Amino acid sequence: MAGRSLRGSAAIVGAGQAGIGSAAGRSAFDLVGDATHAALADCGLKLSDIDGVFSATMVNAMPAVNVAEYLGLRPKVTEGTNTGGGSFLAHMQWAALALDVGLCEVALITYGSNQKTGAGKFVSSSEVVPFEAPYKPRYAVTPYALAAARHMHEFGTTREHLAEVAVAARTWANLNPEATARGPLSIEDVLSARMVSDPLTLRDCCLVTDGAGAVIMTRADRAKDFPKAPVYMLGVAAENWHRWVSSMPDLTVSSASRSGPRAMEMAGVGHDDLDLVMLYDAFTITPIMFLEDLGFCPKGEGGRFVADGKLRHGGGFPLNTNGGGLSCVHPGMYGLFLLIEAVRQLRGECGARQLPDPKVALCHGNGGHWSSQVTAILGLEETL
Amino acid sequence: MTTMETAIRVTATGPGPERLWRDALAAGDLTLPFCLDCGRAHFYPRVLCPHCGSNAIELRRASGRGTVYSTTVLRRRPQDGGNLNIALVDFAEGPRMMSRIDGIDPEAVAIGLAVEAAIVEEEGAPVVVFRPVEGA
Repeated sequence: MAGRSLRGSAAIVGAGQAGIGSAAGRSAFDLVGDATHAALADCGLKLSDIDGVFSATMVNAMPAVNVAEYLGLRPKVTEGTNTGGGSFLAHMQWAALALDVGLCEVALITYGSNQKTGAGKFVSSSEVVPFEAPYKPRYAVTPYALAAARHMHEFGTTREHLAEVAVAARTWANLNPEATARGPLSIEDVLSARMVSDPLTLRDCCLVTDGAGAVIMTRADRAKDFPKAPVYMLGVAAENWHRWVSSMPDLTVSSASRSGPRAMEMAGVGHDDLDLVMLYDAFTITPIMFLEDLGFCPKGEGGRFVADGKLRHGGGFPLNTNGGGLSCVHPGMYGLFLLIEAVRQLRGECGARQLPDPKVALCHGNGGHWSSQVTAILGLEETL
Repeated sequence: MTTMETAIRVTATGPGPERLWRDALAAGDLTLPFCLDCGRAHFYPRVLCPHCGSNAIELRRASGRGTVYSTTVLRRRPQDGGNLNIALVDFAEGPRMMSRIDGIDPEAVAIGLAVEAAIVEEEGAPVVVFRPVEGA
């Protein structure tokens, strides 16, 4: 076992969101600025205190460099690795490492997009995929539809199981005044919605929204100097198996099956210790597969695991309490919003959807076509 | 299809494996890369075997036989081209590729369906599609 653990070495001390849902007239970087302003106000630091910038987008060649320029920063650490929608959980890992060795003192992790009001559709990479392009796949839905179809074939998962994930997300969104999609949603509503790519209907797919997020991280030794309870990084682990779905070894297993156990081992927590689970829900099939891969139920049982309504508000398994990418916000890349909701729940800031006294949260980010998986465990001071 | 006399050896200089694969396809031959060290096939073509790291690779004519591993129908309006099948097909030789199953209603394509490859021309380029095996 090489080196020492980063467990508890850094903490999120500030978090902010902006433009959730619709932000007509504001650019993606305006929204990054808004979210950064909110995160700084949350912890009392000044813009000029930031000396590490971590960001990724689907549209900029050097996203973290753009962010630093827009904010007028001259960071010592500028990190823009793009591993897809879950990039920001991996950024937390790199930020903790940079903070630990003193490469920077205050790290900003941020993302923003105006793809709803700016582009009017889901903005994905313009990269041409030589061995998939002739078949005209539509990213991101095609890879997830293919996985859902295979999961149904192998394990007997049903469209009703998939729909339950969307319905459960809506029960939480209905308690979140910031959530984009609120109001009643039934299993029948999901099943009868317009089919996008079999077996996924429009309601099996995440929203297309505007929105931005920002979190501020410092080393643990100064994390208690800020107004709000620090949220410590107890564990984090990533693993990448492929890029495009045609190279995915098994469409019913993701590398979350590797990142999850390693993150939990680093954190020293078991499933029973988790008070909140935040899973990237780009499509209804994704939380079902991640519940299996992360060990909450056996492989193949994810559909039946959720069928009893346990994911709904009050159902006993608090998942995606903001309403998720399915009902709260999904501005193209969603990973950062997993962390922000976990911070807010752990601090007790969630109003009607607040969980009773949560102490440990698991966040799981997905990138690409089930490609790049990263799991993070966050906890309050008493869990150190 | 033309008859490829021998396998095409990928060399350390000159055209890379993707170009060689496309050239063979344009000549009517669907090939798969095989590793001469570990013996396993892979797809898409690479200079290094993704199974063992060897750079001793040759393209061999594929059997063309495969099985549908997964399938979806991308729902499109008629003016956008109508409903479109997109499938992942496992070759009998092992590797998987994205493709489309022709000669059958897109919604009737089922996982496990036995299919065989065909080369069609689309937008001026050869494209590998699959069709249900007759009588299978």
